[in-house]
Amino acid sequence: MNVREIFDTMDYGPAPEDVSQAMTWLDSHKRSFGQFINGQWTKPARSFASKNPARGEILAKISQANSKDVDKAVAAARKAQKTWSKDAKARARVLYAMARLVQKHSRLFATLETLDNGKPIRESRDIDIPLVARHFYYHAGMAQLMDDELPDRTALGVCGQIIPWNFPLLMLAWKIAPALAMGNTVVLKPAEYTSLTALLFAELAGEAGVPPGVLNIVTGDGATGEAIVKHDDIDKIAFTGSTSVGRRIRSETAGSGKKLTLELGGKSPYIVFDDADIDSAIEGLVDAIWFNQGQVCCAGSRLLVQEGIADAFYAALKARMDKLRIGDPLDKCIDVGAVVDPVQLETITNLVGESGGDIYHAATPVPETGCFYPPTLIIGLSTADKLMQEEVFGPVLVGTTFRTPAEAVELANNTRYGLAATLWTENVNLALDIAPKLAAGVVWVNATNLFDAAAGFGGVRESGFGREGGWEGLTAYTKPNATAPKLAKLAPVAAPAKADPGALDRTAKLYIGGKQARPDGGYSQAVWSPRGKLMGHAGLANRKDLRNAVEAMNSAKAWSKTTGHLRAQILYYLGENLSARADEFSIRINDMTGKRGGKAEVEASIDRLFTWAAWADKHDGAAKGVPMRGIALAMNEPVGKIAAFSSDDAPLLGLVSVIAPAMAMGNRITVMASEPYPLAATDFYQVLDTSDVPGGVVNILTGSHDELAPQAGGHMDIDAVWSFSGSDLSAVIEREAASNLKRTWVNNGKGRDWTGADASAFLAASTEVKTIWVPYGE
Amino acid sequence: MTAKTASSAETSLAHLPQIHEPRNPGTALDLDRVASIQANTSAIERRAATLPGRRSVKKDYQAAWLLRAITLIDLTTLSGDDTEGRVRRLCTKAANPVRQDLLDALGMDAITTGAVCVYHEMIPTAVSALQGTGIPVAAVSTGFPAGLSPFHLRLAEIEESVKAGAKEIDIVISRRHVLTQNWQALYDEMKAFRAACGDAHVKAILATGELGTLRNVARASWVCMMAGADFIKTSTGKESVNATLPVSLTMIRAIRAYHEATGFRVGYKPAGGISKAKDAVTYLTLIKDELGDRWLRPDLFRFGASSLLGDIERQLEHHVTGRYSAAHRHPIG
Repeated sequence: MNVREIFDTMDYGPAPEDVSQAMTWLDSHKRSFGQFINGQWTKPARSFASKNPARGEILAKISQANSKDVDKAVAAARKAQKTWSKDAKARARVLYAMARLVQKHSRLFATLETLDNGKPIRESRDIDIPLVARHFYYHAGMAQLMDDELPDRTALGVCGQIIPWNFPLLMLAWKIAPALAMGNTVVLKPAEYTSLTALLFAELAGEAGVPPGVLNIVTGDGATGEAIVKHDDIDKIAFTGSTSVGRRIRSETAGSGKKLTLELGGKSPYIVFDDADIDSAIEGLVDAIWFNQGQVCCAGSRLLVQEGIADAFYAALKARMDKLRIGDPLDKCIDVGAVVDPVQLETITNLVGESGGDIYHAATPVPETGCFYPPTLIIGLSTADKLMQEEVFGPVLVGTTFRTPAEAVELANNTRYGLAATLWTENVNLALDIAPKLAAGVVWVNATNLFDAAAGFGGVRESGFGREGGWEGLTAYTKPNATAPKLAKLAPVAAPAKADPGALDRTAKLYIGGKQARPDGGYSQAVWSPRGKLMGHAGLANRKDLRNAVEAMNSAKAWSKTTGHLRAQILYYLGENLSARADEFSIRINDMTGKRGGKAEVEASIDRLFTWAAWADKHDGAAKGVPMRGIALAMNEPVGKIAAFSSDDAPLLGLVSVIAPAMAMGNRITVMASEPYPLAATDFYQVLDTSDVPGGVVNILTGSHDELAPQAGGHMDIDAVWSFSGSDLSAVIEREAASNLKRTWVNNGKGRDWTGADASAFLAASTEVKTIWVPYGE
Repeated sequence: MTAKTASSAETSLAHLPQIHEPRNPGTALDLDRVASIQANTSAIERRAATLPGRRSVKKDYQAAWLLRAITLIDLTTLSGDDTEGRVRRLCTKAANPVRQDLLDALGMDAITTGAVCVYHEMIPTAVSALQGTGIPVAAVSTGFPAGLSPFHLRLAEIEESVKAGAKEIDIVISRRHVLTQNWQALYDEMKAFRAACGDAHVKAILATGELGTLRNVARASWVCMMAGADFIKTSTGKESVNATLPVSLTMIRAIRAYHEATGFRVGYKPAGGISKAKDAVTYLTLIKDELGDRWLRPDLFRFGASSLLGDIERQLEHHVTGRYSAAHRHPIG
């Protein structure tokens, strides 16, 4: 078309980004890459092709790392870690240089990312790469402040990190910036579709002063990832990717003592109330589900619209969809680029093809070749339909309606996932009421897909655990300086040859839902004192008793909405009532253990209750300094329903130290009492009964830890399992926890000094940080 | 404004279907509708802020878009020191906005600006200077810019201007009606202005910089359209904040919704502060994406601008020669 014709049609013409620099870099490597280990390239071997999904052309050959390559990389990282962890302020300078490096080469990174991944150049240029730089800046600051602000914490060691293909360089930044800042070294595997920007970054990192071995990149598919996950000399695995792979990693690392964070899939709700700014809510959907072709773990893929505005909303949404421009991602005038690979295109096509409902494809031209899928809306589905539950990971939005705010919450939370949620309303009361009720790690109010290094990102439920960004993200890459004492397994006192039946029979039952309950199996075991006195019987709980305890925790869900002030009062009251019976408890402990520590243990338990009463209204959230007009609130929410295995020793203090923080933070808890010394726990029922603790908030079971550990680990309606048991439960709990990806906190055969409250560890385990983004301005 | 086919512009538009848009007759004042309108400022700002990064026109496309932008300019002088000579010079520029050698190089026929915009006293001069060009004269009116002169005089001013030959009247609304949410008063005032205009088209200047919130901008836009405005316009150019992208997005979304509700297309005129060619292209992408191509014509879109043309001329010369241009190489208006 000539100028005169364009003057009439007013069409957008082609606006291609220049890729010559990226091509020059690829050519400088003869379009063939080995592994980047210890600051050097290995020889290319076992190559596979990395393609441009928009055109199908091969960009370069990438090498498949085998277990020997991973060994080499881990060895290099291990060797480098000692020196790297020594000087936090020196690390700050390197991270700062990395941030500057990303900015200096921003267009090279952006074009290479778009070539390799297929995302529109606008997104890699204006979103991905600036967020990468921001992440390094932010964590340069964290390294600078580490000695002052985190004096009790230290690096984990070598981190194995596995990242997905949807935000290749950004996910690299999210993984390596906090790891390196805290003094860890890294072996990172990019996704096999999109290795190029990671390789470019690693090569340039030397310019920023990253020493050899600190950052190692190994490329390859799932087999390479498996070699990392199974490697004995890796201290931590961080994974972002699909829930199914996350589940496997959870099982494979079970009992290994490796720290683990998982950022997995989602089916995030996008709620529009009838008083919302409809045009803005529709524009938000463009950024929610048609951002990066919908290949975003936190994509608002499940539209929930208030019924009264639904028809008008759908009509306006379809009109907006028709305006989206899909095509060559290197064109600066394109909204939707290519999906990452033909395999992914086929998955999306099949999922939509099999779906019911009214399927609407945007009336916009779609290129005939390359991996393109049109923006799609499916309405008329209900919760039972597959696509209302399953993640598509493509530009496909499903929609349904709701009647009331309560129903919106119910529908929003009717999912196994819990990564993100979006809500639109002009009513501040409604927004601030709904946001805390949504099962999600991130909530956006009147916005969507906002990210920043200062604001934690991560999920609940089967969307994984751990946070990336903010102070909370650093706990995933540090551990306490203090070393844990050895764990001693204590056996119950055996029945004496000549039994002393004692006085009046005392048969302890289980404590479920605020009532004493006989064990379902009808079995009990005798508890003998070391002096041969029969102290009583304790029930042997089985899986059904655990099930009943979980039901009781469910019915006590109001506890999680009580105020910290109320919970403090109840915890103080527990302390007061325990104090009134201090002598009785003290004698009981001495009798059971045959020692004389009872009095001190009771006093410590009262003190522990007071400590957690004190904390109940003081674990403040934060308002994060995100670079926008608005706030990102980090709210500490209760984890939910916790099952905990008490330590063998400290029969009362070990129990109270676990119950109290869980209660203080608003959780409901079921505790398996000390296996050798269960009777301090069963005596504690009466203290609970007299202290206004609502039924079901605390449930206590007695019996075999070994028998109940797999049941607790596998129960789909428990949110977290803790183990301080002397029995070796860590592996079985973590393996079973893969079922619903519940949080686990297990002792890996290490003991615990119960004389201290260890508040920071218990606070972290008892709460989940929810980030609520509230942009404002009128 | 539908008559923009005459004279020099005729050739370039001749092969287009000539669309005669029916004037917006207005509707009854629907207060429920007005009350239901929402405008979320931060979301609107985000959309506006990312727009320039989402759309790009290059090379011949850019040149063509800039030429289109010229045809959409209300070339304006609204100064206390305006004289007949000054206005005649402006009118000559309006009829010949781009150097002939540049038009030849671009393969374009002659184009003109959309209109010339002046104060009432300058209407006769402008009308005579633009004789035969087909360029309409627009006059600001109703006690511009504050709009606080006696109501009957404001109506009389419109009538005088129409009588003097103005084809378009840019009225200013009473901001106090918006700030006190007195929608009935705003509606009645606008309706009276529209009636006084007769066949002349009326542009309602909202003075958005003085309305406080985008919600007010959206609601005032609706009320003026319900009262029969042919165009809604952001600013007088005299407020401290004039046309902005967030304000524009708010107003054109109201135009779109009004069109969906009534079937009538209302025009849009951002005014003040648009002085760069790049900004003009951004505005056109905003209109194209949010309202559609139909609005990229002078009967439905105008830039109220005085210095924009100069920057566009320099960009066009750069496009033709490959060398950056200088202001003095283009005749001033």
